Amino acid sequence: MGGPSVTAAVELSGVTKRFGDVVAVDNIDLAIADGEFFAMLGPSGCGKTTTLRMIAGLEFPTEGSLQIFGDEMGTLPPNRRPVNTVFQNYALFPHMSVRENVSFGLRMQGMSKSETASRTSTLIELVQLGGMEKRKPDQLSGGQQQRVALARALVNEPKVLLLDEPLGALDLKLRQEMQDELKTLQRELGVSFVFVTHDQEEALTMSDRIAVMHEGRLLQVGSAEEIYERPSNRFVADFIGQTNLIDGTVADRDTIVLANGSKVAATTGHVAGTSVAMSLRPEAMHIGRPEDIPATHATSSLTGTVTEVNYLGVALVYRIAVDWIELEVRAPTVSEVDRLKPGETASVWWARETAQVVAD
Amino acid sequence: MAGENITEPRGATKWLLRANASFVYIFFYIPILVLIVFSFSDNRNVGVWGGFTLDWYRDFAESDNTREALWNSVQIGLVATVISVVLGTASALALERFKFRGRAVFDALLYLPIIIPDVTMAVMMLLFFSEAAELFGFSKGFATITLSHIAFSISFVSVVVRARLGGMNDRLEEAAMDLYATRWQAFRYVTLPLIMPGILGGGLLALTLSLDDVVITQFVTGPGWTTLPVYVFGLIRKGVTPLINAVSVVMLVASTILVVLSLIAQRIRGGDTV
Repeated sequence: MGGPSVTAAVELSGVTKRFGDVVAVDNIDLAIADGEFFAMLGPSGCGKTTTLRMIAGLEFPTEGSLQIFGDEMGTLPPNRRPVNTVFQNYALFPHMSVRENVSFGLRMQGMSKSETASRTSTLIELVQLGGMEKRKPDQLSGGQQQRVALARALVNEPKVLLLDEPLGALDLKLRQEMQDELKTLQRELGVSFVFVTHDQEEALTMSDRIAVMHEGRLLQVGSAEEIYERPSNRFVADFIGQTNLIDGTVADRDTIVLANGSKVAATTGHVAGTSVAMSLRPEAMHIGRPEDIPATHATSSLTGTVTEVNYLGVALVYRIAVDWIELEVRAPTVSEVDRLKPGETASVWWARETAQVVAD
Repeated sequence: MAGENITEPRGATKWLLRANASFVYIFFYIPILVLIVFSFSDNRNVGVWGGFTLDWYRDFAESDNTREALWNSVQIGLVATVISVVLGTASALALERFKFRGRAVFDALLYLPIIIPDVTMAVMMLLFFSEAAELFGFSKGFATITLSHIAFSISFVSVVVRARLGGMNDRLEEAAMDLYATRWQAFRYVTLPLIMPGILGGGLLALTLSLDDVVITQFVTGPGWTTLPVYVFGLIRKGVTPLINAVSVVMLVASTILVVLSLIAQRIRGGDTV
């Protein structure tokens, strides 16, 4: 990659945040491009919200540099940063109407009354809340509250919009609708959205790039495909989607010795002797009887006993016990006579490049 | 089926509970009723009905002593309320929002005036002011009574305001600051309107407490600064007449109104801003 000539919307270098003895965010380097839909993904307590709050200015880094469009933020308070936040559970002002909530930022900036009124109206229309201006937050549904929170942040025309689990409080159907709307809104406005979520599906469907965090560290940054297909370590492989993690040790560049002594071929990428795990997605494996294994896949196969078969309509999910582990395999549905039954011997094989070798 | 609830008492238990409740209410309110009825009795002896009259209320209104005592009570009450509201709210904010060394101790000490007996508080105050009078040379009267009232009212204001603050989402102030409000603006436009019902409620409670206090006031009062409850207490020693009933009814009504207002204030949502 060539050196980026465009300034990043948000750039973190060596950012660490400690709360007493607890390291919430551990030496993070991250650059978010202008106009990007960027997700920060990880289980609760991984530091993603703390990172977002540092960008917002609600927390200050213990160490490191945080820049927004090239300006060092240091300990600049939130009211002097060109970013706005959609808070988890929205944090709407309960004593103000929809209109007062949305216009709050403009009023605090001392914008003229007429300008405030017209911009507020535009935003209320944009989020389709026309006619509800006078309502108080507790008279709105969850979805409507979430739109008020969006309008309240966007009315200020932030250079970066920060969203902290914005869809967490919504039910599934509304969530999916709002995912589409957020994506469309982001594309229309062309502003960077930095989006914190613990829901990997949400991150995968919405984002241009995803940062996976765990225990305060940034494990991997990449597109949804990169993260799903080429996880950089065991945690990412396990956290994103479903996978079979098979422990083993690197023998040489192309061979891994599994725990039961069998050797499989894989691009190891690690020095001999390293303990690794091989990640095999359930849908990336083929299943059949031992004699069905193609000769070319002899060193990328395992044989065991079927323990369970679940019918999911479009797919069949097999569970196969192989010595010390149980594999989950997802295969297209075949007629009942052709299905392997529990107790039968089954083999699985895979294309060598679909097996990802990850270290801890 | 309809309206039945598994936890609802039935049969004899239900009737016993009802009888108990009725008894408690009778026990509470019969004396008050008697008090009110005899305040309209045209007979100097309380307990002997002498026909309806409003004379005792006229006496109360026309007596220089009662008028002066009432005016003293009002002045002290208002000043004590304003100051204890400001200090009580500030301490509630400090305890609820900030972590600092000795917070737990400060917290416990703040609530001491609620639990220690009035007499103990009164003696403490008296000793303190006696010392202070020697050191700084100020005499007992308005200042000493008002300071004492402030001293116990702060705790009550603080409790009520804290309850309100505790129910407030911490993210709201952050949201305000994220939306370009300064710390002061965030407090002024978000926190203050939201805790205002608590502040009002606490204030009315403080006013009620100040207007009703006898024990502490009696210990720290000085010449010319007899408050209404202290005056009533003094009258009893001279012999009970329905005038006392009349004064008590007036105070009862005033206290009830203040307490009801305080409860209403605590229930309403924060007012609108800007």
